[in-house]
Amino acid sequence: MIPGGLAEIWVYLAREPLAALTATLLVWWMALRLQQALRQHPLANPVLIAVALLAGGLLAAGIDYRAYFAGAQFVHFLLGPATVALAVPLYREWQLVRRSAAAAVLSVTFGGLFAAAIGVALALMMGAAPDVTASLAPRSVTTPVAMGIAERIGGLPSLTAAVVICSGVVGAALGPATLNLVRVMDWRARGLAMGTAAHGIGTARALTVNPTAGAFSGLAMGLNALTTALLLPLLWRLLG
Amino acid sequence: MIGALATLLLCQLAGEIAARGLGLPVPGPVIGMVLLFVALLLRRERDTPQALGRVADGLLGNLGLLFIPAGVGVILYLPLLARDWAPISLAIVLGTLASIAVTGRLAQSLLRHLGQ
Repeated sequence: MIPGGLAEIWVYLAREPLAALTATLLVWWMALRLQQALRQHPLANPVLIAVALLAGGLLAAGIDYRAYFAGAQFVHFLLGPATVALAVPLYREWQLVRRSAAAAVLSVTFGGLFAAAIGVALALMMGAAPDVTASLAPRSVTTPVAMGIAERIGGLPSLTAAVVICSGVVGAALGPATLNLVRVMDWRARGLAMGTAAHGIGTARALTVNPTAGAFSGLAMGLNALTTALLLPLLWRLLG
Repeated sequence: MIGALATLLLCQLAGEIAARGLGLPVPGPVIGMVLLFVALLLRRERDTPQALGRVADGLLGNLGLLFIPAGVGVILYLPLLARDWAPISLAIVLGTLASIAVTGRLAQSLLRHLGQ
């Protein structure tokens, strides 16, 4: 092997999306296998495992996140069409959704505001800086909306993005156990809770467990994005 | 399959244009979801088109995978997260789980009382 050849290979791998894409898919596949091996233990959430493995790998190898994302963005791009596709489970469950519409809108609106309020209350209790507190308020909303809200109420959008994703992973991993603990057994209510508090990552989990829960979770995620985006900046100004 | 993918992208595109053009506070894909849903409701047949159902199931069956590239981005914010780790981790863990419990309980009792 000539050293020039090795350098050439490295340059190729760093420039093309192939390596980052392969790593993302392989790690996801491993995370799914691990979840199966651990018999679906709540903490064996595949998103959590995969993110931890890749993040650890990038840090250990000293690879810049932006270099990784340049390749992995093709997976990231599919989030848009996948969000649109949430209309399909919603449509399949439409008869059930229509009969539960009033309860769904009320519980998502209240649940979304509760999520913001408890985040702010806990942060104030722990003596967090005002910009950190504002970054924690839109925690339960899907990332792009949450970043927009954070900007309007004086938070740090980048911190919000990280907090939103962590909240989604926590909700997806521990949410179902929490719902068992407080004896919420109705699949519609379980879906609404996951979508309201843990947005898309919670919805991903709900979809793998039960189609009704998945449909209601997708609905809750969309509704919460709308209501929190409209109400939170307004309330922030009134109470701040 | 191509038709179904094109439908999803078209709805997203229309959603992105509507979000920016009308200054809506909701992201384009969420508006696209509403558009696709309305389009499905307006059709004469009740069943979901087969190709669309397959593509949607394929994407949503691996929805978690699609969050990984953005999720790994948390490493960019490690210093920021470390600076205020106590309030942040409390809000994330306790705040999220309390929100799930409260929303779930509320939804369950509302579903029971507001009719089936």
